[in-house]
Amino acid sequence: MAPAIELTGITKRFPGVVANDNINLTVEKGEIHAICGENGAGKSTLMKILYGMQPPDEGTMKVHGDVVEFGSPTDAIDRGIGMVHQHFMLADQLTVLENVILGAEPTAAGGVIKFSEAEAHLARVAEDYGLTIDPDDMVETLEVGERQRVEIIKVLYRGAEILILDEPTAVLVPQEVEALFENMRELKEGGATIIFIDHKLDEVLEISDSITVLRHGKTVASMPNDGVTAHDLAELMVGSELPTPETAESTVTERVGLDISAVTVVDDDRRPVIENISLRIHEGEILGIAGVEGNGQSELVDAIIGTAAVTAGSISLQGLDITNLSVRKRREAGIGYVPEDRHHEGLMLDAPLWENAALGHQTQAPYGSRWLMNRSGMRSQTETIKDEFDVRTPNIDVSAHALSGGNQQKLIIGRELTADPSLLIAAHPTRGIDVGAQAAVWEQIRDARAAGLATLLISADLDELIGLSDSIVVMLRGRLVARLQPDEVTPRDLGAYMTGAATQETAEVH
Amino acid sequence: MRKFLFSLSAPVGAFVLTLVISSIALWAFGSNPFAAYGDMLGHASKLETQVDILNRATPLYISAVAAAIGFRMNLFNIGVEGQYLFAFLIAAQVGSLVSLPAVLHIPLIMIVAMATGAFYAGIAGVLKVTRGVNEVISTIMLNSIAVAGLIAWLQQRWQAEQEEFTSTTLGTNPIDESGLIPHINGIVEIFTREIGQGKELTGVLLVAICVGVAYHLLLTRMRFGFDLRASGLNPFAARAGGVPPKRMIVAAMVLSGAVAGLIGLVELSEKGKFPPNAIQGLGFAGIAVALLGRNHPGGMVFSALLFAFLDVSAGILQNTEAATKEIVNIMQGIVLLAAVVAYGISKRFQEREEARETAEALRAEQGVMA
Ligand SMILES: Nc1ncnc2c1ncn2[C@@H]1O[C@H](COP(=O)(O)OP(=O)(O)OP(=O)(O)O)[C@@H](O)[C@H]1O
Ligand SMILES: [Mg+2]
Repeated sequence: MAPAIELTGITKRFPGVVANDNINLTVEKGEIHAICGENGAGKSTLMKILYGMQPPDEGTMKVHGDVVEFGSPTDAIDRGIGMVHQHFMLADQLTVLENVILGAEPTAAGGVIKFSEAEAHLARVAEDYGLTIDPDDMVETLEVGERQRVEIIKVLYRGAEILILDEPTAVLVPQEVEALFENMRELKEGGATIIFIDHKLDEVLEISDSITVLRHGKTVASMPNDGVTAHDLAELMVGSELPTPETAESTVTERVGLDISAVTVVDDDRRPVIENISLRIHEGEILGIAGVEGNGQSELVDAIIGTAAVTAGSISLQGLDITNLSVRKRREAGIGYVPEDRHHEGLMLDAPLWENAALGHQTQAPYGSRWLMNRSGMRSQTETIKDEFDVRTPNIDVSAHALSGGNQQKLIIGRELTADPSLLIAAHPTRGIDVGAQAAVWEQIRDARAAGLATLLISADLDELIGLSDSIVVMLRGRLVARLQPDEVTPRDLGAYMTGAATQETAEVH
Repeated sequence: MRKFLFSLSAPVGAFVLTLVISSIALWAFGSNPFAAYGDMLGHASKLETQVDILNRATPLYISAVAAAIGFRMNLFNIGVEGQYLFAFLIAAQVGSLVSLPAVLHIPLIMIVAMATGAFYAGIAGVLKVTRGVNEVISTIMLNSIAVAGLIAWLQQRWQAEQEEFTSTTLGTNPIDESGLIPHINGIVEIFTREIGQGKELTGVLLVAICVGVAYHLLLTRMRFGFDLRASGLNPFAARAGGVPPKRMIVAAMVLSGAVAGLIGLVELSEKGKFPPNAIQGLGFAGIAVALLGRNHPGGMVFSALLFAFLDVSAGILQNTEAATKEIVNIMQGIVLLAAVVAYGISKRFQEREEARETAEALRAEQGVMA
């Protein structure tokens, strides 16, 4: 039987880089095939080529033994290939059903959408693959894991038998990852072939049947998943040991960095999204916030950086009351910010790297001042960030969208840490970063902590949260429900608190 | 050098495309395209026509900069039209009420014009941030209010105050000579022969050059310009990066309006008052010029000159009967479309070329290693 996918000699060049260099990839029918590799190795590029989003410069593609050439994703979909992108592409204001059928609506004569037929089809797909979802839910009310399920159903609805998932677990908490893997196994049972990209090696080992490792745009290994260890994989990917985030001895000082007292924030309907939250982060301390996404973490962050108005309570930074200061004043006072979604709040994708590096710090040296920008300062500082944080790019004049996901993330971390902040708000700081670079980022955060940085860490990666934090609080439905010691808690316990299965008598959070 | 040639490929491509399509259009209208182009170029080669072109390009360029300031942050200030006409009227009236030496009189008129434009555009900005009114809608309405309402009404009032009025005294009261920006024939004539036919090259050209330089510095050197572009590129990232979104909207509208206020200076200096039939449409033309010039200070110089050349050619085509004068409007439309297409193609081509070079460089490197 011909393999589901057979790529031979795929080459793709971009200005200044060869993203895919003569890549061969064979994916058997009905297997789960993982693609690993450091940031910028060319994984996403290869998948976009397979999905018809970009044409290869050289090479041939075979699907079920037939040579194919895709002009657009429509051609790929016709061949039964579907892709779920790392950044979801759902319309918030539509229901699940509407999102799923968008662009593939069954219509009666006169263009009337046959909703009942669509709904029956959706139910059949969901049933076949064991994916539960209510078709009438508004997408905006869904959790990340559920949104991802909608994306997957959307792809299956179009008849895909070969699924491409680009870093599907990056945005999920462990419970959701488990659910996703369960779904993936069912899909496999149902005869589907799955190709997925992941930076977390234990996940790769758990779910995949075969693994292909890319490095500098080349295939360095392709093997069945038996007897392979995370150690081997890390070695193949980056040629280094597997890092673990472990906090060295405590550097927590007596000086209070951030002091949040009884803060409440309400949404447009005046319902509280975070309620009566009090917490302190000392200089030299990393405070981890655990919680399933959508439980008030982003609102808390917005309140601290000043993009959401505080209804009650106060916030101060090193003794300075910042409750009513503008975002700019707060950032000038020393707040560094790594946003949860790098494309949304982090980067100007169409601007060159050296302008992106200045964003958020444009009023401060070396980037600029109150009135003027300093172009040579901007450029040289960007070079520094590029070198110190290992941002892989041909030069700093390329626009941000030309960087791979992980390198975009490194640029943001670099920009925030080199600005020497007194408080760092880091939401999923290593999201999408490869194991090698992850270790470097942890090291850099630890160095800054030793120098007195107060850090608010939000992460879906519980190992990261436990390994880096000096102390952890759990957020549930807009409140702090538990305070835990990282050296006493396991990811499993933490998960129980996050979902509300376990509770603490008093969440004394000072 | 290669880079430079590449950056020229799009405009040149657009130009060729325009010529081809325009020729077809001319031919379809039953005229000989070559005769028409010949007439246009022959006409434009005359010094006096060139003065006309510059006189037309000057307000077009200022108007384009005004629109571009908004476009840079995705604000569509469609109201440049109303802003400049209203500013023109107020500046002319204020200028006619005072007598001052030129060093004070001219700046006063300019400041009044800018302030009026800024104020009028600012209304749309404030409406947007306080009431969420889309600026396209509000500026369109403000245009009608200015042109059909305010200007007509004020003009009538101020005319009624004149002792007696005949057709020559229509419009606002004449401004003293000291308030008018003098023509700059003298400067040009250093390099050329004497300018004939009583043509005068507007001194506002120098103002337009200053506006262009200031716009360039704003975008590349000033923090405000950085914030402006950041807001246009990604408003959410800009906000998280400390750029106050509401204040930026108002500031950008005000700045755009202030520049718009300068458009009327050309006609004001030429006629010495706000005439009853003041030139309209410069605001809308400026939007097209900004689009063609891609909001770039240098690009808009070329597009303003091109539009002015086409405008001025309308007359000669009419005179020689080589073609109907409406053809120039068609050509202005064609050049806009052609530019969009050409820029798209050139961008792809450029990326492919760079990728090929990289591959070659890499191959050479590997050859050395092997
Ligand atoms: N549109 C583009 N223009 C220019 N260069 C690009 C473009 N897309 C990708 N690249 C470059 O191609 C290389 C491979 O990028 P790709 O996104 O495939 O990496 P990746 O393996 O998915 O990395 P990550 O794990 O960080 O997501 C990178 O060096 C990147 O800079
Ligand atoms: Mg990627």
